[in-house]
Amino acid sequence: MNREQQVLARIERIRRRKPVVREERITLAHGAGGKATHTLIEAVFLEAFRNPLLAPLDDGALLRVGGERLAFTTDSFVVSPLFFPGGDIGDLAVNGTVNDLAMCGARPAHLSAGFVLEEGFPVADLRRITDSMAAAAAAADVTIVTGDTKVVQRGKADGCFITTAGIGLVEQPVTLSASHARPGDAVIVSGPIGEHGSAIMLARDDFGIEAPIVSDTAPLHAIVAELLAAMPQHVRTLRDATRGGVATVVNEVANASEVAVVLREDDIPVRAEVTGVCELLGLDPLYVACEGRFVTVVDGEHAGRALEVLRSHPLGAEAAIIGTVAAAPAGLVLLRTAFGGTRVVDVLVGDPLPRIC
Amino acid sequence: MRFVDEYRDAGTARALATQIAARCRPGRRYTFMEVCGGHTHTIYKHGLEDHLPAEVNLVHGPGCPVCVIPMGRVDDAIHIARQPDVIMTSFGDMMRVPGGEGSFLDAKAAGADIRMVYSPLDALKIARANPDRRVVFMAIGFETTAPSTAMTVLRAEAEGLANFSVFCNHVMIIPAIKAILDSPDLRLDGFIGPGHVSAVIGCQPYEFIARDHGKPLVVAGFEPLDILDAVHRLLTQLAEGRCEVENQYSRVVPWQGNRIALSAMGRVMRLRPHFEWRGLGFIAHSALAMSDEYARFDAERVFDLPGVRVADPRSCQCGEVLKGVLKPWECKVFGTACTPETPIGTCMVSSEGACAAYYNFGRFSREEMRATSAGGPLAEEASRT
Amino acid sequence: MCLGIPGELVERLPEHEDLAVVDVSGVRRRINVGLLADEALAPGDWVLVHVGFALSKISELEAQAVLDYLNGLGQAYEDELDALRASDIA
Repeated sequence: MNREQQVLARIERIRRRKPVVREERITLAHGAGGKATHTLIEAVFLEAFRNPLLAPLDDGALLRVGGERLAFTTDSFVVSPLFFPGGDIGDLAVNGTVNDLAMCGARPAHLSAGFVLEEGFPVADLRRITDSMAAAAAAADVTIVTGDTKVVQRGKADGCFITTAGIGLVEQPVTLSASHARPGDAVIVSGPIGEHGSAIMLARDDFGIEAPIVSDTAPLHAIVAELLAAMPQHVRTLRDATRGGVATVVNEVANASEVAVVLREDDIPVRAEVTGVCELLGLDPLYVACEGRFVTVVDGEHAGRALEVLRSHPLGAEAAIIGTVAAAPAGLVLLRTAFGGTRVVDVLVGDPLPRIC
Repeated sequence: MRFVDEYRDAGTARALATQIAARCRPGRRYTFMEVCGGHTHTIYKHGLEDHLPAEVNLVHGPGCPVCVIPMGRVDDAIHIARQPDVIMTSFGDMMRVPGGEGSFLDAKAAGADIRMVYSPLDALKIARANPDRRVVFMAIGFETTAPSTAMTVLRAEAEGLANFSVFCNHVMIIPAIKAILDSPDLRLDGFIGPGHVSAVIGCQPYEFIARDHGKPLVVAGFEPLDILDAVHRLLTQLAEGRCEVENQYSRVVPWQGNRIALSAMGRVMRLRPHFEWRGLGFIAHSALAMSDEYARFDAERVFDLPGVRVADPRSCQCGEVLKGVLKPWECKVFGTACTPETPIGTCMVSSEGACAAYYNFGRFSREEMRATSAGGPLAEEASRT
Repeated sequence: MCLGIPGELVERLPEHEDLAVVDVSGVRRRINVGLLADEALAPGDWVLVHVGFALSKISELEAQAVLDYLNGLGQAYEDELDALRASDIA
């Protein structure tokens, strides 16, 4: 080993150390889905609540109740603005939980909905939100069966926050986990990436950029069910690429499975407008959130068939095989760039910040 | 033509790589500095070093504006941001840069009103919309960015905006290159010159580098083929015994620069007698302050600043990295005490900083990679492309 | 340093002489073209956009010249390969 390799090996050892929260206060980075979020979850929540069902830190927990396998998950929604091209906080709140259940391999059944409302919030807006929740629930074939409402003083919340929880039934003989990827597997993304995050960024109008980009928010249970029905034994991992984007999800797989993932830049589907926004702001679409796309790792031998199944569903028409799993270097995601080079794709610390000057 | 994709073609890159290899004298080592952080970013983001032969060594220069901001200036900016009636505006690049007492993000978490903008003109918009607040723009950047700040101030003047000011941290590239040329511990064979700075200052200011220091310089664009082209041109100059300033980025850079940009800067700003650069120390005539005529837009005069100089952490070797004396991984704290999560030095903060670029994009050994992936997916890929 | 993106000028805005709209891959933003007051700018021209300002007018002629030069190097390489292949056969 030369000196550079020794230094790199030392760094990898340090990266695998137990995470410690160094900050005295919560920052926005802790909610961005990157390293800071991961650290907070491991060092605070997992530390306090540790149990075998929580420990895998997958999108939901798998419970055995009677003879049934149940998936159980929860998610909170705090998007600003509440209404944006392609959706609103209502469909996000339903689709988000439906998708987390789908990623456990479950058929979503019932949801709960908790609302935190700010004093002064227009009832008309609330109706708009609940209408789209109802429509999204109907589309995903789930019912919202219990709920809760709290109102806080003006200024103590940003209009409307929603928390949903959901349960679903795992009916296929599947065992899915981010830790199941093996060398030779293929990595597939279900459609073009980065549209939800870009749409939200533009809807905030902080940067004065206009583009015809709409959120990709959508329920993924049906397309996932088709994939699982076609090859229940050959799907290793399902993850929706929300906060932190595809890069973060793929890193979770590489870490949990102790494998390398090699992505091919040329094969990653990105719409021109998303590329344009990212170029203007110096962002990388690999880190921009989706709300209706997922990454799946499947047995390499069956990758072609998996792609066929996904592409036959409207939500997967532009699905693509974006990479492969290799044995080494374990824990790293590499990208073969369109230019013919290789680089690391790491997890960001916090939100991707525009690189401008 | 979109002026982007055309310069990212892998086939042309391979052809150019062969030409580059053919230009190298066997056994001779060539060290070129890319002055500009944008080039560093491109090199890592596209994995460009995979196309370079072992004889060519790229070192990363000081041209990353947030990397050279000393900690004391960050503290001063946070001091301004903490005034109850102030809205501090900044490019996203600055948000994570640590001062002596934390970064903009930390100050924001503790209650300061700090907002990210895309353009200084957006800061002006915020000032118009908030007449009862004082809006300050954290101005950073080289000569590329300074004219935009100057134009914004001229606009504020024309509109009679009284609640807008600029905390001016603009720096200049030529004094930084001079400091590097004067550094005794550096052996360079040539420079890849900063493309966008040159769109403003032109190519003439670099002529002393070829003339007095005997180093060729090629002003280059920011697409990966631009940089390979620049390397090829530098090697060609060396092989032919030439030593010139060459403009590879002629589609954007006029030889004489941008007259209007220079005159706007000249009107609104003046040269500072000296300015501290993180890691490089004080460099004479290397930065810009607001001119006396525009004092009312100068945050340094509008606000009382602590102006406390904070010494760089002793373990941090950003200076050596900025001068290209050390590779990022050769720094004592790289990747151990200093990581993107807990940066000690600024080079680890900006995605254009050499350390962050190396940590995020290049953190694996290319030799080992080639060895272990023989027959693996990387080799497969290589044969496919 | 200094992220600059090529954008196509699609419109000059009437409300201010320095304002224009550029298009980057279908994405539009208002920018200030005051730094290019020396240039004759018209829709269809390409400019380099930096922090909301057009910093430079992009010359298609110069761009093409560099691409031709690069492709020429590529061609020379292809020719060499062809020659090599031919000699292999021989």
